[in-house]
Amino acid sequence: MWTPGSTTVSQTPPPSSHDRFGVWRKLRKHKTALAGLIVLGGFLVLTTLAPAILPYDPNVADLDHVLLPPSLAHPFGTDHLGRDLLTRVVFGTRVSFLIGILAVAFSASLGVPVGLVSGVRGGVVDLVVQRLVDLLLAFPGFLLALTLIAVLGVGVTNVVVSVGLAAVPQYVRLARGVALSVKEQAYIEAARAAGGGEGRILMRHVLPNCLAPLIVQSTLRLGEAILVAAGLGFLGLGVKPPTPEWGTMLGEGQSYLFSSWYIATFPGLAIFLAVIAANLLGDGLRDALDPRLKHG
Amino acid sequence: MGRYVLHRLALALLTLGGVTVVIFLLIRLIPGDPARIIAGLLASDDEVRRLRVELGLTQPLYMQYLIFFTGLLHGNLGLSAATRAPVLEEIALRLRPTVLLAVSSIAVATLVGLAAGIISATRRYSILDYLAMTLAVLGVSIPVFWLGLMLMLLFAVYLHWLPAGGYGTLASFILPTIALAAFSTGIIARMTRSSLLETLSQDYVRTARAKGVPRHGVVLRHALKNALIPVLTVIGLQFGTLLGGAVLTETTFAWPGMGRLLVNSILSRDYPVIQGIVLTFATMFAGVNLLVDLLYAYVDPRIHYG
Repeated sequence: MWTPGSTTVSQTPPPSSHDRFGVWRKLRKHKTALAGLIVLGGFLVLTTLAPAILPYDPNVADLDHVLLPPSLAHPFGTDHLGRDLLTRVVFGTRVSFLIGILAVAFSASLGVPVGLVSGVRGGVVDLVVQRLVDLLLAFPGFLLALTLIAVLGVGVTNVVVSVGLAAVPQYVRLARGVALSVKEQAYIEAARAAGGGEGRILMRHVLPNCLAPLIVQSTLRLGEAILVAAGLGFLGLGVKPPTPEWGTMLGEGQSYLFSSWYIATFPGLAIFLAVIAANLLGDGLRDALDPRLKHG
Repeated sequence: MGRYVLHRLALALLTLGGVTVVIFLLIRLIPGDPARIIAGLLASDDEVRRLRVELGLTQPLYMQYLIFFTGLLHGNLGLSAATRAPVLEEIALRLRPTVLLAVSSIAVATLVGLAAGIISATRRYSILDYLAMTLAVLGVSIPVFWLGLMLMLLFAVYLHWLPAGGYGTLASFILPTIALAAFSTGIIARMTRSSLLETLSQDYVRTARAKGVPRHGVVLRHALKNALIPVLTVIGLQFGTLLGGAVLTETTFAWPGMGRLLVNSILSRDYPVIQGIVLTFATMFAGVNLLVDLLYAYVDPRIHYG
């Protein structure tokens, strides 16, 4: 709302060439986003150092030490095969983040080009693409990934493909929206008048406009991908054991919930933390990068 | 209005038709003999042979689809590979628990989400606003199955207040409903807040305030009505998320619904049942979205019924 005196000349210095959008400056002020970034960074450091600092092997059973409650030797306790849960949770970071990142990359690399072409071309191409997107969106949320896993079978690759494919419609819509909003702009016309081919215009002039919303979307999608993949794992439809994956560990822990609470508790806490961090960072990036999507 | 309803209905049916094509093709993408895949591993060679004729597998793909589709129209979803019972019967047995869980969860999510969103928007930057929005972020980040297990641990294992699972009594609904509603509550709260804040900054709201309409009157009578329009769409979409989440919640709480049947069917590769349940879920989702679209037209006079 306009109030007298609220229109002041911006006092911020002209942005440097390294930080064209002032993203880092805005993000640094966004405390929750910064917290998200730090937590995600923490996960990264932890998983890199894991083999050096943890004395146990995540996959070797130790049947003399099964279902031990948390102690100094095993801060998170041990599972039904005597494996140290802290070690498995830390190693699980790799698997869960790898699946999440690959799934997001998969949906973006499939959805963005399709969306761009659909938006720029228009006509029949656009119509067909939009109907296909509607069709995928007719499967409620998690069910599409679940159906794909039912057809493809379990395993890391299939989890990545299923989780990734299920999120493709969102990327198609995002890229198409950006393409539609810029395609009538004068600089696109100028590029076309200068003899730029369609591919070149798409790559050099339309795609860069997608980068900001794409980064925001992908950060938020990373949280969701981790969540969906963990859900598949929980149902026993994720990676193959003994691979330490958070959702799968949680599913195993469910059988021991009444006697050994810690087996299901800690992997779930890790998922929760990772997803909050991605969501907070995504929200902050949205505020900093993409004023159109700003809420509140 | 009549034409608009017909148009939306036709669109919903078309989408469902598309869904049947996708499911039909997906099942045929699985490497191997479709008759063997659909009959299941336990079926005898005779049964597989009979099924091959029944599904028209020697005929071209579009004929096979027509046979499948006509069967659907007659309510024939095939036989479960595991129990040999008609798929339709298997689903009918488990429809009620799933629908009740989904409806109670969307009701809780809508009520709590709206209330939190309205409080947040009207008391912007207050402690209540921060609290509500923090809870909303937690709600959209927490894995539904983990929240279910933690609630179970606290209220069933330690406090003995509520049952740890099962279906029947009113008390058995409480934990699964909270677990399933958490995500949608967060989404609805955030959407309500941002939508209401946007409407509150509109000129007509300022005019109403200037005219001397009391604050709560402005919020309730003028702003909320318009702010609710995008929220309505989100609630419809959340129903889809809830159906997906129901699969996880039912597994957590040993709930005898379609979600748990779906998981068991995937684990035992019972494709006719998988196919039937996915179709049922998609139909429910399409139905709710159709309802939302019609409500939308009713609430928002700017939408033309043409």
